[in-house]
Parts: sequence; structure tokens; C-alpha cells
Amino acid sequence: MSDGPGPAGLRARWLVGGVLAVVVALVAGVAFGPVPLPPADVAAALLDLLPGVRIDSGLSDQEIAIITELRLPRVVLGLLVGALLALAGAAYQGVFRNPLADPHLLGVAAGAGLGVTAVIAFRSTSGDATGELPIGVPLAAFVGAVAAVALTWLLGSAGGRVRTPATLILSGVAVSAFLAAAQTFLLQRHIESLREVYSWLLGRLGTAGWHDVLLVLPYAAVTFVIVLSQRRELDVLTVGDEEAASLGLHPQRSRYLLIAAASLGTAAAVSVSGLIGFVGIIVPHTLRLLAGPSYRSILPLSVLFGGAFLALTDLVARTVASPAEIPIGVVTAFLGAPFFALVLRRSAVS
Amino acid sequence: MIGVRGLRVRLGSSVIVDGVDLDVAAGEWVTIIGPNGAGKSTVLRAVGGLLPFSGAVSLGGTPVERLTRRERARTVATVVQSPVVPPGMLVLDYVLLGRTPYIAPLGRESASDLAAVQEVLTALDLVGLRTRRLDTLSGGERQRVFLARALAQGARILLLDEPTTALDIGHQQEVLELVDRLRAERGLTVLATMHDLTIAGEYADRMVLLAGGRVVAAGTAWEVLTEDLLARHYRVRVKVIDGGQGPLVVPVRS
Repeated sequence: MSDGPGPAGLRARWLVGGVLAVVVALVAGVAFGPVPLPPADVAAALLDLLPGVRIDSGLSDQEIAIITELRLPRVVLGLLVGALLALAGAAYQGVFRNPLADPHLLGVAAGAGLGVTAVIAFRSTSGDATGELPIGVPLAAFVGAVAAVALTWLLGSAGGRVRTPATLILSGVAVSAFLAAAQTFLLQRHIESLREVYSWLLGRLGTAGWHDVLLVLPYAAVTFVIVLSQRRELDVLTVGDEEAASLGLHPQRSRYLLIAAASLGTAAAVSVSGLIGFVGIIVPHTLRLLAGPSYRSILPLSVLFGGAFLALTDLVARTVASPAEIPIGVVTAFLGAPFFALVLRRSAVS
Repeated sequence: MIGVRGLRVRLGSSVIVDGVDLDVAAGEWVTIIGPNGAGKSTVLRAVGGLLPFSGAVSLGGTPVERLTRRERARTVATVVQSPVVPPGMLVLDYVLLGRTPYIAPLGRESASDLAAVQEVLTALDLVGLRTRRLDTLSGGERQRVFLARALAQGARILLLDEPTTALDIGHQQEVLELVDRLRAERGLTVLATMHDLTIAGEYADRMVLLAGGRVVAAGTAWEVLTEDLLARHYRVRVKVIDGGQGPLVVPVRS
């Protein structure tokens, strides 16, 4: 095996590229804003934050505070949410063997949205409006997400087998519409929470400092560990359940595990950032086209590039119309909708 | 090598396989024939441990339910009727999937896995195609790749479900000659299902005729491929003539 490429897997140059993208997003995201800071000083200040590293960035205490209290948590949240959405999208695409599967198209996000809306609406009723998201939000989002994906799966399949990619997407559309209607009904009943829910629905990266990061972190960790541990299984699943079983795998168990983990990740992301669409499609598909179809490379790269993509998108969202902010969901949909059409065309041709 | 006793498979309320007994000796090639819906593929799946059944199936003397999934995958390899062709996957990566039962969870392919795959690719004359995308290959080439994936499993038992259905007669012969050669070289035991009775008879040591989920005839090609048996179970008028290599089954218009 000396000549030619080795087996499918994560190539070093892609891994390096992904890490670089994250670093660029981190430095740029922290450097640019209403008070621009020199990127080199920002890089030094960020290194200074690492334990055991002492570098004088030359920034004032006030500027350091802007970095650590305002911008860094937001960029880190962007990295986490982007990584979760991209990873969940890639996992759903593998599990359902459907290139168009995405947390939003499967109704997962709508289910999580309904869960969060319910929590916000009931909190408003009880008069406890602290401005921070309640701890129960990710849990409510998770319950909604899992219920939605189960419903989509049941509607789109017969006897445990998905009929066609189209039926799955169509049932996802139906489930999304149904859950959106339930959400609208709930909002109408709790009109006082309309504004809060609406701004959340458009997608936004929290301004609650490190609170949201800490809220989402445990769920993100679980999702990363489970989904990434199944990367080879996902490659085997692409040859079909029967072959996967004949190769010694437990296809159904892998599938449920992945759906649960991806839904948990989606729910956690949705609960802190609202409905940010298309990241779960754009990122894995671009990686599939560029770095090959193996999930052993798509999954880890989705974490890196998904995070970098969303952090940079957030940078665009908060700077192009400065001092106003465009909701980040609007920016990703603006980029994502044309890209989605392109993917549709490609999969229709082949 | 394969022992099946009183095999019964139910799917919902209907009984697909109803009390099948079957033995395949080590190194033997047995082909199951029978009309559509007779339960051929189901018997193969049960032997491969891919569906729940009642009765007894043993592989190499061990009851199949006593094997772990990974042990089973090292003992028996299956080429299903129309394998899924994953878009964009390279031949080498596809064949490497055959090493799955040897790769620890979270592990990656070892040098011995790569060597085993290289050996199989060489044996099946696929070295030139190893960096080609599987979805760009012709039907005959694909069938060789499917076979390579199964051989890479290093299993002593090979289950082939309709291995030649999608191929023209030239490629049918090529694939079956290849299986026969590999069987001799590697001491494989082959259990196959086939539709083409003449070709089935030429390659099998023994044949089993299945109808309505039961074994209705078993033996050599001359014993199973008779005008009487085929007329009864396939509802077809055929002439069976001596082709030198075995019986030729020719359908005749009534």
C-alpha cells in the first residue's frame, strides 16, 4: 500500500485548515466591533488568557474587559452553536441517508422552538422575568426536538423503513408546520412574551455573557463525544442496514444513539440562539464536496468549520449595519437559501 | 459448515420459511433455487443472522446465536441482492468496510487490515480500480467490488443472494468462475440463491429447490432440475437436455 492515497479519514491538511479557521474566527470576532481593537493585540490578549501563558497585549483594562466580558463569550457561543448545528446536520444526513436532512427540515428545530416558547410563555405568566434563559430551557427544547424527529420519522416511514428521501423531507415540512401552528397559538395566548420569543425566533447569539455558554456547554460536550465516536459507524451505515449488520454492527442502535445525540445538540443550540437555519446543510455539504464523502472527515471538520462559519457570520451580522444588528438567522438564511438550491440541483442531476 | 434444522421465519402473520433443513459441508457450493416468494433470500438472511428465526442454525459447529455480532461477521460474509452503492465512495474505502469486524470501536484500520484488502484487490484484479468511485463502475466491476468487500471480511462462509441477476451472461459466467476459483483457493463454503437454473446447475455441487417456504427437492443438478419438479413448482413447461456440463433448462411455449 505504498502508492496512491490511503483509506478514507481525516487528512492532516484539512484538520490544520479547520483549526486555522477557528483561530481566525476567534481573533476577528473579538477584534471587530464598535470599538475596533488591533487583531495582533487581541491575539496576544487571548493567548494571555490561557493558563500558564503570560503575554502583555498592551491593551487597557477596559479593552481587556470588552474582550473577556462582551466579545469573547459571544464568539465562543457562536463557535459552539455553529459546531453543534453543523455536526447535527451531518449526523442526520448520515443517519437518514438523505443529503437534505437538516435540523430545520426534519422539524427538530421547530419542536425545540415550541418547547422554548412554552417555557418563555409560562415564565412570563409567573412573572419571573430575569432576562436570562431559565435552566430548564435546553431540556424543554430537547423534549420538543426528540418528539418532532420521532413524529417526522413515523410519518415519513413505513414499517421502520424510510420510503424515499422526499417523503422524509415532506413529513418534516408537515411536522414543522404543525409545531409552528402550535407555537403561534401558544404565543397568542401569551401575547406579553411575543416580543421576547420573536427576537429569539429570528436567531441571535446571546448577549448574556458567559451564562449562555455555560448553559450550552454540557450538552455540547455530550453531543460531540457521542456523534464523533460514531463516525466510522456512519460510514458503514452508508452501505445499508443489512450490510452494516452483516459487518457486525448494530445499525438500529447506532441510529437511535446518533439521532438522540444530534437532537440534544440541536436543542441546546436552539435554546440559546433561536432558529439559525441552514448551517447544518451548508457546512457538511461544502465539506463533502471538498474533503470527500467519508463521515470520518466530515464530522470532525463540521465541528471546526461550522463553529468558524457561524462566528464569522455573527461578525457580519453585527457589523454590516452597525450600530444596528441584523439577526444572524437572517444572514445564514441569506447565504444558505441559494446554497440549498444549488445542493438540490446537484442531487437532482445525479 | 452450515447446519440448518427446522428453520421457521415469520414476517408479521405470514410464515415465510416453514421448517427448512439444510446442510452445507466445508468447501461445498450449494445453490438454493425456487420461484419468486419461495423464501430463498429469507433462508440466506437467517443463516447470516440478519433476521429473527426459530429453529437451529449453526456455523462451523457453533449455534449462530452463541456468536457475537463481530464473531459472526468474521465467520460469514453476505453479498445481498442489490447492495447500496454509497455516492462518492472509493473502491478502496468500500472494500475496507469489510474489515469492520476486526476494527475496535473508535479504532482505525491497521496495517494488517490494509494488507488484507490489498491481497483481495489483487486476487480480484481490482488494483487498477481502487481509487475509482464505486458509483462510476459498470455492473460487472461493481459485482467484483461487492465480492471483494465480502472476501475482505476473511469469513470462511460466503452467502450470495442472486449474485448475477444484474449482469449479462458474459459477466454472469465471469463472476461465478471467480467465486468458484476463490472457493477452491481459499476453501470457502458457498451458499447462494439464483434464478437462472442452467447456470445455477453448472456451478453448484448440490441444489435445493424451495417452494412455499419448504424444501421440496434436494440433490445434484440432475436430481433437482427435472421437467416434472420444475413444472410442478414453477408452473412452467420446460425441456431439460444434456448440455455436457450439466442439465440445460429450456422453457418451451405451451
